[in-house]
Amino acid sequence: MVMEIVCPAGTPASLRAAVKAGAHTIYCGFNDETNARNFPGLNFDRTEMREGIAFAHSHVSKVLIAINTFPRAGDEGVWHRAVADAESCGADAVILADPGLLDYAACNHPHLRRHLSVQAAAANADIINYYAKVFDVKRVVLPRVLSVPEISAINAETEVETEVFVFGGLCVMAEGRCSLSSYATGLSPNMNGVCSPASHVEYHEDNGALDARLGGYTIHRVGQNEPAPYPTLCKGCFGAKDTTGHLFEDPVSLNAEQLIPQLQKAGVTALKIEGRQRSRSYVAQVVRNFRAAVDALEAGQPMPEGMLARLSEGQAMTTGAYKKTWR
Amino acid sequence: MSQTQATIPLFPPILARALRVVPLPPLSLSLTAYSRKIAKNHPGLFRRLGEFDHTPFVLDPTDLPFVICLDPNGGVPRVTVVRGKGEGAARISGPLAALIGLVHGAYDGDALFFSRDLVVEGDTGAALALRNAVDDAELDLAQEIASITGPLARPLHHIIEFTQRRTGVCLTRPDEAEAW
Repeated sequence: MVMEIVCPAGTPASLRAAVKAGAHTIYCGFNDETNARNFPGLNFDRTEMREGIAFAHSHVSKVLIAINTFPRAGDEGVWHRAVADAESCGADAVILADPGLLDYAACNHPHLRRHLSVQAAAANADIINYYAKVFDVKRVVLPRVLSVPEISAINAETEVETEVFVFGGLCVMAEGRCSLSSYATGLSPNMNGVCSPASHVEYHEDNGALDARLGGYTIHRVGQNEPAPYPTLCKGCFGAKDTTGHLFEDPVSLNAEQLIPQLQKAGVTALKIEGRQRSRSYVAQVVRNFRAAVDALEAGQPMPEGMLARLSEGQAMTTGAYKKTWR
Repeated sequence: MSQTQATIPLFPPILARALRVVPLPPLSLSLTAYSRKIAKNHPGLFRRLGEFDHTPFVLDPTDLPFVICLDPNGGVPRVTVVRGKGEGAARISGPLAALIGLVHGAYDGDALFFSRDLVVEGDTGAALALRNAVDDAELDLAQEIASITGPLARPLHHIIEFTQRRTGVCLTRPDEAEAW
């Protein structure tokens, strides 16, 4: 069984690029606060979603719709309509995090396949089996805090398909439980779909050095020839006592390409690429790279050497928690 | 030097010096007409700008002696080319080849940001919206020029192809299989 490549698309053009590059599955979101990449100029209106899904299906690719923020009290209808519209647009599944929304979807749209978002931070077999039993969840996206042996242990105890991140931005926190962005901006990925919202980010270049401010706080400064990181607090450079450095996490990207054979042995069904906020150029390059890797694996050939460093934050990469050398 | 910097060609300094004496009003008028043609052919680009469709942008090709001030003006854009810094709510700076390559989808905007080939200042949300809207529009600037140059389209196409081959600047929307 070929491992499934699950690829991001922030725009219809990216969706088409992903399909043409060989993605088995594309995930995307509506252009509102129901998805965790609610950025300016990004995402799909209902017509674009319907057309995008039709295009993907005509090329035998699937489309998953992420409705993975947590509904705001009194406004649950916005999230309910998103689930209903996902079904009417022809989505192959919805990716949900909130138990209330999972319950709504299971009761009102029972034929719409449900995946559990990484935002739910389900990190052991007991909770995954609970979601499967109560909400008939068919697949879980595992949080980026597990090692390969831990993933293997989970798969040994559940029938639910597992999907793991293999490339892209790396959250240092367990997803769905990080409120760092809220402290500086009042907005978080969990409730508003934005981590370090662009409306609160300012850059200043001064004699070649680049300062990044989030919500008015300077969170890092890089010199003239240093790569720039994303303006997130978790990648910020701070001083504490006599030490200055990246206290939470270095600005690097996840790349688990060389771990694909181990992930397959661990029972993983699907490999997820992060980056709905990235361009169609990124989408196509990363999909081609990973498609070549899983095809090589299937053919019994060695993993090809990737060329993805320049697309990575900080132009540096890590295998994250999959190998516990990650700090 | 970053990996991307190594691949982004710079505008020849001798030509950039020559551009210092070029009169800018005719250039502004031509670019305004050109951008309105693009707006007519790609209305989705301005829809995707959303709340930023009246936000003034400064596009700063750092290897040219002028900047391009773009006012989307709700889908009836105005372009003014000025010397100096220019004024706008958001500024996007980088080599001309990087800016054109972004439009054509040859480069990834975040990767250019990581490598410091691209700098964003001012309203980051507006800059992000413009980047995403342009990326989705799948523009081909050479094709847009051809559509307004009538009988000159064919020779112009040859000149653009030749220049692209010689300079490495992505002047047309690349074939996706080759570009990526």
